[in-house]
Amino acid sequence: MEAVLQVKNLSKTFARKGRPDVRAVEGVSFSLLKGECLGIIGESGSGKTTLVNMITRLLDSDDGQILLNGKDITRARGRELREAYREMQMIFQSPAESFDPRRTLGDGIGESLRNSGMAAGQVRQKTAELLQTCGLTDGFAGRFPHEVSGGQCQRAAIARALAIDPSVLICDEATSALDVTIQQEILHLLNDLRRQKKDSLSILFICHDIALVQQFCDRVLVMYQGRIVEEGLPDDVIRSPRHPYTQRLIDSIL
Amino acid sequence: MAEILRYEHVGISYNGFPAVKDVSFALQEGDILGIVGESGSGKSSLIRAAMGLLGPAGTVTRGDIIYKGYNLPDLSEKDRRKVNGPELGMIFQNAGSSFCPIRKVGVQLYESVIAHEPMAKDVFEKKAVDLLQKIGFDDGSRILGSYPFELSGGMQQRVAIAASMLLGPAVILADEPTSALDVYVQKQVVEELLMMRRTFGTSIILVTHNIGVVGAMADRVLVLKDGKTVEYGETQQILHAPGMPYTRALMAAVPRLRRA
Repeated sequence: MEAVLQVKNLSKTFARKGRPDVRAVEGVSFSLLKGECLGIIGESGSGKTTLVNMITRLLDSDDGQILLNGKDITRARGRELREAYREMQMIFQSPAESFDPRRTLGDGIGESLRNSGMAAGQVRQKTAELLQTCGLTDGFAGRFPHEVSGGQCQRAAIARALAIDPSVLICDEATSALDVTIQQEILHLLNDLRRQKKDSLSILFICHDIALVQQFCDRVLVMYQGRIVEEGLPDDVIRSPRHPYTQRLIDSIL
Repeated sequence: MAEILRYEHVGISYNGFPAVKDVSFALQEGDILGIVGESGSGKSSLIRAAMGLLGPAGTVTRGDIIYKGYNLPDLSEKDRRKVNGPELGMIFQNAGSSFCPIRKVGVQLYESVIAHEPMAKDVFEKKAVDLLQKIGFDDGSRILGSYPFELSGGMQQRVAIAASMLLGPAVILADEPTSALDVYVQKQVVEELLMMRRTFGTSIILVTHNIGVVGAMADRVLVLKDGKTVEYGETQQILHAPGMPYTRALMAAVPRLRRA
């Protein structure tokens, strides 16, 4: 299988005044394959979010390499980075905070389309289509983030991420802030999208709930203290964990 | 078993908008009641009403909350002092932020104790260290000498449990006590709360959206939706053979680990 995203030996250390440095991510390597849904689990402080922030270039890495569709984006800037974001989009944990509170959801969803030179009328039409794909009516385009529920806002965030048809979708705890019933709805939506897009959409799914990863992902990486300590099929990892940390994690599930 | 706390047809409104409608249940001595529901279902309002913590906008519009013959929403400020703490203890979701950040934990715990009963400092320290030891902190005096930010989130939560137990309340009201914690720490906190009940016979009302925690702790469960009771009964029955369509949908949505 071809890899859409390759991460090689990525590291990040945060320096702290008067205290020892924190090595948040240490030598992490993995590949996200075409059409795959790859889960990353680990407890708070294990470096999941630092890793994602480096991959999405929200944070510069100290060491290592990030390849997106074969192109090195580790130090990409300006036009090069904008090109990368046409291929890679993010869905964040708190949906309401990821939208501009003073602009409508439609504005947020259509932004990437406008930036790529689409005419206003077309943008409106495409925004309406995207909202429908994500299970919302086109009326939501005119609403503000505070006027919709958390689940509706997360649907809009998915519509925004899909607008420019990316090949990689990165979900950082995308369902963690939602109620379980809404969480299931969002997962159904993501599953539907995967079925529709087949190999043209790969998902990196960061989550602390191992049961959710088992339900949703093809493969899972377990992160602990900045390193990947285990990798495999979710069922295999859960049935016979090799690393003591993974064992402890699974034993703690109530 | 004697009844210790009773909610009778309780209704709660915020600025005239109803948040809880006609909810009734009874808590038995030494029992653990789990209240589950989605965000906005009114579960936190229910236990905050007992503590008088609804804020200026919230009022109990209907019904009674009876504890030892008192109707809790009607208590005067002075009587409430006698009930909150020594009789009813509360644990919040984010215990770390209920500590003052610039003072040591021990000083703050001591202050909360002497607000209710006079106690010499050395007596307090011995009692606190004993209690911390019971919940698995071998170095209780180091904890008491720490600032809140020197403790991890899980340790803060466990210290908050100890703090609520210092005055020996008959009932603990716990509002999402494990929701901000990793599963490993969550399990520790659950075990500590269960240990409190075994050791002191404390009754607990546990508000949470985590069905796993309810399954591990609660004897009875109340399911809330939009401020109304959907179902109320034994934990096993509600979790494994729910009667109402909403409870069934809720249970089906919970991600469960397949181990075999």
